[in-house]
Amino acid sequence: MSNEGVIYRISGPVVTATGMSAAMYDVVRVGHEGLMGEVIELHGEKAVIQVYEDTSGIRPGEPVLNTEETLSVSLGPGLLTQIYDGIQRPLPTLEKEMGVFITRGVDADAFDLEKIWTFEPQVAAGDAVVGGQVIGHVQETDTIIHKIMVPPTVSGTVKSIESGDFNVTQTVCVLEDGTEMQMMQKWPVRTPRPFQQKYAPDTPLVTGMRILDFLFPLAKGGAAGIPGPFGSGKTVTQQSLAKYSDAQLVVYIGCGERGNEMTEVLDEFPHLIDPNTGKPLMERTVMIANTSNMPVAAREASVYTGITIAEYFRDMGYDVALMADSTSRWAEAMREISSRLEEMPGEEGYPAYLSSRIAEFYERAGRVETLNGDDGSVTVIGAVSPPGGDISEPVSQGTLRIVKVFWGLDAGLARQRHFPAINWLNSYSLYPQSLDQWFRDNIAQDFPEIRTQISGLLQIESELQEIVQLVGSDALPVDQQLTLEVARMIREFFLQQNGFHDVDAYCDIHLQYHMAKAILSFQDAAKSAMADGALLNDVVNVPARSDLMRGRFEKGYIDRIDSMVKKMNDEIADAVETN
Amino acid sequence: MTGKEYRTITDVKGPLVFLNKTEPVAFGEIVTLRLANGDIKNGQVLDTSDDLVIVQVFEGTAKINRETGVTFMGDVFKLPVSTDLVGRILDGAGRPRDGGPEIVADEKADIIGAAINPYSRQSPNDFIQTGVSAIDLCTSLVRGQKLPIFSASGLPHNDIALQIARQAKLKDSDEEFIVVFCAMGITAEEYNFFRSDLERTGALENAVLFVNLADDPAVERIITPRLALTAAEYLAFEKDYHVLVIYTDMTNYCDALRQIGAAREEVPGRRGYPGYMYTDLAMLYERAGIVKGKKGSITQFPILTMPGDDITHPIPDLSGYITEGQIVISRELHQQGIYPPINVLPSLSRLMGSCIGEKTTREDHKSVSDQMYAAYAQGRELRGLVAIVGEDALNERDKQLLDFSGVFEDKFLRQTRDEDRSIEETLDLCWTLMSSIDTKYLVRLDQKWIEKYHPDNRD
Ligand SMILES: Nc1ncnc2c1ncn2[C@@H]1O[C@H](COP(=O)(O)OP(=O)(O)O)[C@@H](O)[C@H]1O
Ligand SMILES: [Mg+2]
Repeated sequence: MSNEGVIYRISGPVVTATGMSAAMYDVVRVGHEGLMGEVIELHGEKAVIQVYEDTSGIRPGEPVLNTEETLSVSLGPGLLTQIYDGIQRPLPTLEKEMGVFITRGVDADAFDLEKIWTFEPQVAAGDAVVGGQVIGHVQETDTIIHKIMVPPTVSGTVKSIESGDFNVTQTVCVLEDGTEMQMMQKWPVRTPRPFQQKYAPDTPLVTGMRILDFLFPLAKGGAAGIPGPFGSGKTVTQQSLAKYSDAQLVVYIGCGERGNEMTEVLDEFPHLIDPNTGKPLMERTVMIANTSNMPVAAREASVYTGITIAEYFRDMGYDVALMADSTSRWAEAMREISSRLEEMPGEEGYPAYLSSRIAEFYERAGRVETLNGDDGSVTVIGAVSPPGGDISEPVSQGTLRIVKVFWGLDAGLARQRHFPAINWLNSYSLYPQSLDQWFRDNIAQDFPEIRTQISGLLQIESELQEIVQLVGSDALPVDQQLTLEVARMIREFFLQQNGFHDVDAYCDIHLQYHMAKAILSFQDAAKSAMADGALLNDVVNVPARSDLMRGRFEKGYIDRIDSMVKKMNDEIADAVETN
Repeated sequence: MTGKEYRTITDVKGPLVFLNKTEPVAFGEIVTLRLANGDIKNGQVLDTSDDLVIVQVFEGTAKINRETGVTFMGDVFKLPVSTDLVGRILDGAGRPRDGGPEIVADEKADIIGAAINPYSRQSPNDFIQTGVSAIDLCTSLVRGQKLPIFSASGLPHNDIALQIARQAKLKDSDEEFIVVFCAMGITAEEYNFFRSDLERTGALENAVLFVNLADDPAVERIITPRLALTAAEYLAFEKDYHVLVIYTDMTNYCDALRQIGAAREEVPGRRGYPGYMYTDLAMLYERAGIVKGKKGSITQFPILTMPGDDITHPIPDLSGYITEGQIVISRELHQQGIYPPINVLPSLSRLMGSCIGEKTTREDHKSVSDQMYAAYAQGRELRGLVAIVGEDALNERDKQLLDFSGVFEDKFLRQTRDEDRSIEETLDLCWTLMSSIDTKYLVRLDQKWIEKYHPDNRD
């Protein structure tokens, strides 16, 4: 059999070809227009292909050509600041070729192959090199040095190496055995890139969102799931993470969601400054946008495209964070393809292999020793969109079984405009134990204890609220009424954080600690004043407390907060005398 | 290329016809079926192979048998488009329904529509004043947005949609919208209501109607919204119009989708609806927006009725995951005699932030909106508590909030069907109503707006 066959059947995005030799995951060209597809099943001499573009108008009998390559991404300088579709076609190039509507049959290079980059060699002729080793540097953006690495499967002795200006397809290094290396390499998206070993995570991904960093921290190299019904804040949370987290690189995947949300990111990011480096956010970002109305097979591929790019930068020794909004749309794409294949369905029509695919995807997160001995990480944060907000469904459950952090969004909180609408009672992080040392060393010795006190107060509040529902809060003893006030302060002053606020959207981790301490300090001051006869109402209403709480909306709060706390405590102490 | 007529039907099931052995037929190709009595039906290819072709028949399969002649038309479904569409009434398959001539096409457009390149979109940020206070204040509509009405049977969603269509305008501009109206499975009575209202106000001249009624073929509903959106795209992106697409009722559309899925014996997703319904709906809803380099825009106002008033039902649920917010109609408010019975609490406009404020509406808009919402939400919650512990147990603040929730419904929400309030009128009304609450409880209002707008501080 040859690498050319003909179409036998077309059913939506799934096409069957006959008469063609094929192996699983071969990339093929379908029909007269050469639409890109991938072999996903073999039946005797029939090959089943998922097609990454719209198939209407295609007929049986049209040709199919097997490229005999597997679905791969191009890796090299030029990736950063790009926005791609699910199969790594740059959307600006597609606009140039097709206009504002995405038609079909157009190929596009992942980045400008002609663009000249300055290559600075890091090895010399005669050096032995192995897979993953860095042979040269390219300053790709102000913040990121793109390290040119020996492809993982290659090793040898350097025969010659260049220095100076080259494009990504020109040879910059030749090995003794004749192997030529360029700045661009390819990697198949469905195969995890190799590394030496996985480390246990011990550093948090600091996000600047108080409820996340303080109560439910995520480790660099960890994985988190954010399930929530529509309108509860998945996208705003993911975008905040992309803006403010202290990853060195961000891969943002818009998987089967709204077009305008990607436009928003594109409009906003170039003007935003990374609080960690002071440089434009776009310079550390790669975006993948396969929106809900774009072909569903390319949506299935988009998460693999994204994570392969993330792993590539990890291999350079960077801490990479990947957001996928939403993994449910990826799962639905699998379901749609699977049902076209007439596979035996598992739960809710999803293929039986759903949970293993989810697990394999999140397993590509991790903090690793790279092939070149460096330390790099990929942190994965996946949004989940459960039907009706009910997380007993397969995608949520498959995700929760594998991730160690669960940030549960809550429709009720969103309706109360409590943002981020993360439910503090049912969310969890399994990382604190491995991260506490970091918090002690870098923020404050008693950081974990403060956290325990804050979350303890929230627990007690939820128990007291049940009583309040029955008898009203006036019926509670006054010390419990104080506890309710303290808990309210935690919720309104600490947990709430408007993702669009100029100042408060990002909160430095040191400041978070001071704010938590301020709350506990209020509690102590109030308790002792009340023991001396002050009234709860007076204690709660001291003007300096509302000044303290409002202070977080102004710049420079961290320099003022201690004196504001002191002023509050003084006023509370005065409440005893006035009484 | 119009091919020969086949008489190779083997099976007929629900809306589907199965044929053997044909020349190669394209996926999505249009099909005509000629019955023994000479009647013509239309359909589209859903699955094609060397051996078997599956055709979905729009008009239903009644009277189709093995003698029925099937012809493949050589092309996918296209709508003839031209500005002559404006002022016309077409049926659910795009044929004239008003007795007028066939549409003379400038061009023919594929009704599936191509996805807008996300990189080519422009963020919508022009505030549309609907004149309906609840919407303008709390869920502001933006030109280019897709904002559905989540309603239920027996509620006045049609009145609200029509009121919006009549009153919608950009602030300080008299640029008109072209209305593309798409009926899917609604009753003749509902349709007449829409039509006579559009006629009465003269809007019909600036509208295109695509009409599939309850007694029209159900499967045809699959293409009706695609025709409407194809017309809308042509008018917006080729002819620079601002287009408002109203389609009703999405629930009937989804039921037609379910019917086809069942006939194909597909594995169903939730409640029997196809697993691909999210994608299918997105292919409609995402055809809204503004694109670089084009003057026009498409704003979508889909109406759906929630089966059993259940917002978690797959139809509102999947819609809410795609659209840019939702306006929720409440049976409870309707029963209290309040029009428009919009429950602002679960309603949301995701694009609101980009279209309100000093430059577009008024500087105090956000602050007032937040405060009105919060006070109403708290007042509503207190109603529950009062039912248990009695009003006397409330403190002063809670009493004021409780009373406010009634005022909110009676004075703010309530307006007549032809009352067109400007955004300034709406905001001034809010300040008047909020003055029944002590300012010390109005914590979401900026002090500077209190000083400027609170009735106590004005003249
Ligand atoms: N952290 C936040 N701060 C302020 N507003 C928020 C926040 N999170 C969500 N919102 C509000 O909720 C709306 C819906 O949030 P979004 O992230 O789009 O929800 P989802 O992706 O879960 O559907 C937003 O448009 C915004 O108004
Ligand atoms: Mg979202």
